Amino acid sequence: MAEKNNMDWLRESATFPRPVIAEIQRAARTGIYDIRGFGAKRQLPTFDDLVFLGASMSRYPLEGYRERCDTRVTLGTRYATKPIELKIPVTIAGMSFGALSAPAKEALGRGATEVGTSTTTGDGGMTPEEREHSRLLVYQLLPSRYGMNPDDLRKADAIEVVVGQGAKPGGGGMLLGQKISARVAEMRDLPEGIDQRSACRHPDWTGPDDLEIKIRELREITDWEKPVFIKIGAARTYFDTALAVKAGADVIVVDGMQGGTAATQDVFIEHVGIPTLPAVRQAVEALQELDMHRKVQLIVSGGIRSGADVAKALALGADAVSIGVAALIALGDNSPEHEEEYRKLGTAPGYYDDYQDGRDPAGISTQSDELAARFDPVKGGRRLANYLRVLTLETQTLARACGKNHVHNLEPEDLAALTIEAAAMAGVPLAGTDWVPGHNKI
Amino acid sequence: MHRFDLDKNSVRELNQALHEHNGSKENSTWMVTNPKGKHAVAVGIDAPLEVTINGHVGYYCAGMNKQGRVVIDGNAGPGVAENMMSGLVRVTGSASQYAGATAHGGLLVIEGNASSRCGISMKGIDIVVRGSVGQMSAFMAQKGRLVICGDAGNALGDSLYEARIYVKGDVAGLGADCVEKPMTAEHEQELSELLEQAGVTGITVADFRRYGSARKLYNFDIDNVDAY
Repeated sequence: MAEKNNMDWLRESATFPRPVIAEIQRAARTGIYDIRGFGAKRQLPTFDDLVFLGASMSRYPLEGYRERCDTRVTLGTRYATKPIELKIPVTIAGMSFGALSAPAKEALGRGATEVGTSTTTGDGGMTPEEREHSRLLVYQLLPSRYGMNPDDLRKADAIEVVVGQGAKPGGGGMLLGQKISARVAEMRDLPEGIDQRSACRHPDWTGPDDLEIKIRELREITDWEKPVFIKIGAARTYFDTALAVKAGADVIVVDGMQGGTAATQDVFIEHVGIPTLPAVRQAVEALQELDMHRKVQLIVSGGIRSGADVAKALALGADAVSIGVAALIALGDNSPEHEEEYRKLGTAPGYYDDYQDGRDPAGISTQSDELAARFDPVKGGRRLANYLRVLTLETQTLARACGKNHVHNLEPEDLAALTIEAAAMAGVPLAGTDWVPGHNKI
Repeated sequence: MHRFDLDKNSVRELNQALHEHNGSKENSTWMVTNPKGKHAVAVGIDAPLEVTINGHVGYYCAGMNKQGRVVIDGNAGPGVAENMMSGLVRVTGSASQYAGATAHGGLLVIEGNASSRCGISMKGIDIVVRGSVGQMSAFMAQKGRLVICGDAGNALGDSLYEARIYVKGDVAGLGADCVEKPMTAEHEQELSELLEQAGVTGITVADFRRYGSARKLYNFDIDNVDAY
């Protein structure tokens, strides 16, 4: 009997661990795949698998707090007559009004503007709140074209043609009926309360040759003033980057599979696309081979959390990074402050990913007026600005340690990999060796 | 009348000249010659200008038009009047794929035929096609009216929202959630007005059938999984 009460003999299956069993049970109970927000939760090779070598005998570091390390970035120098100037190499990724509440969108604008960087609209159009509070606003052209109009196109500081996103390359969007409030419905020309599906393909072009003509049309409408970005979900990144250059992009945004989403099937989030780490290298290689590196700017997103991530992305050749999930966390998403309410939803701070659900206790990923009213856009904006400053300071710290007076002077040579996988994916040597798997160099 | 010869001036110069009137109430007339299939001709107009294009145009002619009244005296390439907000675009010949795509308002008249995906994702525009339309027309159409005086290709109105479709000829097949609905006096009146606005005569409204959304796919239901 003593043995029967001792649980030590229980052995969990590696093939069917408890979360897998729970998912099978959930699927059997509901008959629908799991739809959620956030980004990939599985273990992936990341920038954590790289380290900076730092200055020593053969490199001079810069003095922290004394010697300037520049962080400015100019985007759109290829064709646009009015490129945009960022003070820091971190931008806010596209997140829609609809997915987020209006005060949350306003806070993103406030925070970004305070530190001199840009925000991005999202599926569903441009709200007056975000335009008013964003000094630099990128207007997305998505397959759905919800809210797309020439007036807002002209009000934008740049245009981003969204081909895909890291959470779901090859997938469209969805906003479930509970988030289609009267205002969201009106902006999207849809009935209130229905599930809103966003197409995965653009309605009026079908390939890079067409896209080149489409971009020319957008430039004609806006008199060639605005930088045109092309955003791709990381998959065949080398070829997609080359084709985006061919299609006439001023800026290419590559979103790795850790990139966030407001509502996507879990199976899509976790199993489609490649991590950000190899995607940066592939994009940079394509740009270099076309002699377009730094002429067409590269923004990298997907799982950027710290100044270390920013610095490593830049060292691999990116011009800037974008953040989405991290920005929401800075605003107050997953805060312990709402622990009790997270519990009522069957979750906890640190685990909440039901952005599709509309019942966000933090008032960020909701269209409920009551919940949205809890969120203070001024305080949220301030928290975001603080976070962006920390990212920038951390990036500068690492750049100075490598002897760089501009964060763009970071280079792959400053990096070493801690794992063979990361060495192969990032194209930098395994630490302590000069071995880059897949390269001829021994 | 302003005259613009695209053999002598660029599309950029034409659009820049048109945009200089944006925001004004000026209703000047413009004649554009020798378009020769050029793309993005007369895009981004935002004034009640009367623009006649004498010849065939390429992609996205009159794209995002607002208030302008653009007549293409010829055929139009893909995406004519895409995302139009208001005004009128008339094609005296035929139009290629995705005519009137995602457009929010105004009237697009195609006197010939329109290719596939005519009115794709339309958001309030009215489209009148004197001839026939190709497959997947009115795909995910949200608002507005699509009038087809000839035949319609396969998968008409697939995943339709609240747009109304009127067809006089044969329909090769309906898309998911698109169904035939009764023609009432209200619909005959609406259709009659649309045909009149489009300048289409000699057609009996009683010969048309009406199609719209069954609204069964508006909210996910596992029992409809075969339709997805």
